[in-house]
Amino acid sequence: MWSREQMATRAAQELQDGFYVNLGIGIPTLVANFIQPEHHIVLQSENGMLGMGPFPYEGEEDADLINAGKQCISQLPYSSFFSSADSFAMIRGGHIDLSVLGAMEVAENGDLANWMVPGKMIKGMGGAMDLVAGVKRVVVVMEHVAKDGSAKFKPQCSLPLTGANVVDMLITDLAVFSRPNRQSGFELTQLAPAVTIDDVIANTTAAFTIKI
Amino acid sequence: MNAPIASSIDQRKIFPDAVVALQGLLRDGMTIMSGGFGLCGIPENLLIALRDSAVKNLTVISNNAGIDDVGLGMLLKNHQIKKMISSYVGENKEFERQYLSGELQIEFNPQGTLAERIRAGGAGIYGFYTRTGAGTSVAQGKESREVDGHTYILETGLTADVAIVKAWRGDSEGSLVYRKTARNFNPMMATAARVTVAEVEELVPVGTLDPDHIHTPGIYVQRVIQGAHYTKHIEQRTVRKRN
Repeated sequence: MWSREQMATRAAQELQDGFYVNLGIGIPTLVANFIQPEHHIVLQSENGMLGMGPFPYEGEEDADLINAGKQCISQLPYSSFFSSADSFAMIRGGHIDLSVLGAMEVAENGDLANWMVPGKMIKGMGGAMDLVAGVKRVVVVMEHVAKDGSAKFKPQCSLPLTGANVVDMLITDLAVFSRPNRQSGFELTQLAPAVTIDDVIANTTAAFTIKI
Repeated sequence: MNAPIASSIDQRKIFPDAVVALQGLLRDGMTIMSGGFGLCGIPENLLIALRDSAVKNLTVISNNAGIDDVGLGMLLKNHQIKKMISSYVGENKEFERQYLSGELQIEFNPQGTLAERIRAGGAGIYGFYTRTGAGTSVAQGKESREVDGHTYILETGLTADVAIVKAWRGDSEGSLVYRKTARNFNPMMATAARVTVAEVEELVPVGTLDPDHIHTPGIYVQRVIQGAHYTKHIEQRTVRKRN
């Protein structure tokens, strides 16, 4: 099985040299720590920044410089700032190459649910619906099963959707699933260490093909 | 061409403080846009004046709802807000309590849709078709269109009676410059209200701001104050160690 850091490391391999990338909150944020140093990757933060840098050194925090998770960050020599309308024009307009997001459920047809659980306090979708609707390629990183052991990669989502048919790749603590385009089903392409195909089948209710 | 040249600096947009700047603008049941993302770039001084005005039954359009006791959280605690139009409100316990008890209504918008609805409202655009939210609960009750195999839903522009925004620097013409990620929703909100009141950290003489670098031209801003005090709260003070 993969740890959170290992899942983030695997997701970082999807970031190609020259990509503009938006990273979601949680495990996706960790992806920034595993970007290959020889690659020029520009991170976009949907609150209005391109070229997001690492957390600032202690004493250099700036209340005017935060990421979408409201964490202090730093700027880089190539950073730029813009309004939320411009930020989402970039996102919706297909200018961002890749987004890495967390999820509660992913369906075999690429549907994604990650914003609300009926009966619980609804916090809001933030920018997630815009990201999945507009970014060229969407990679989801999540635990393979829920805390009660139930499958999260399912025939269809039971939770309200964030987007319909939007997921291109799914990285879990057990395995990697991907699909060549949004008309295709998912293929199991990689297993985490010490995980078998039978383990994956036993913990997945979604249909997928095996291509390892 | 004989363009008019102002013989003196016009000071009519400058107000002495937040309380005076809101005078004559507030009434119960009105709609207010409030700039900021989280607590970054919020109009701190105008929000305090709004709280102290006791105006109520407000519809507030703002990406977030502050945190307990800070920003819009102060107005929530004071029961001045009837409805929020936001994208994410996860940071506020009092919000949760009022929502679950039915005191407070909420209309969630995807963040980019919210930003664009405000931009459209300010730009005289009735509505726009977007793929964001297609196939989700956001699309319910909205007109939709199929174009090139994709579903687009109709979202309409948003306007308000008053917008309160925060900028880094501004002048007596109402021209504004924002700083770093404190820009966020402020520029669009400044365009989308009948009256926009801006507070700035530094009120500078006309001619100080480079005309090429102005983010919000003064036409959108009717009243300007120099903010009296800025706390500039940080929600998550994340840092790294020096090696």
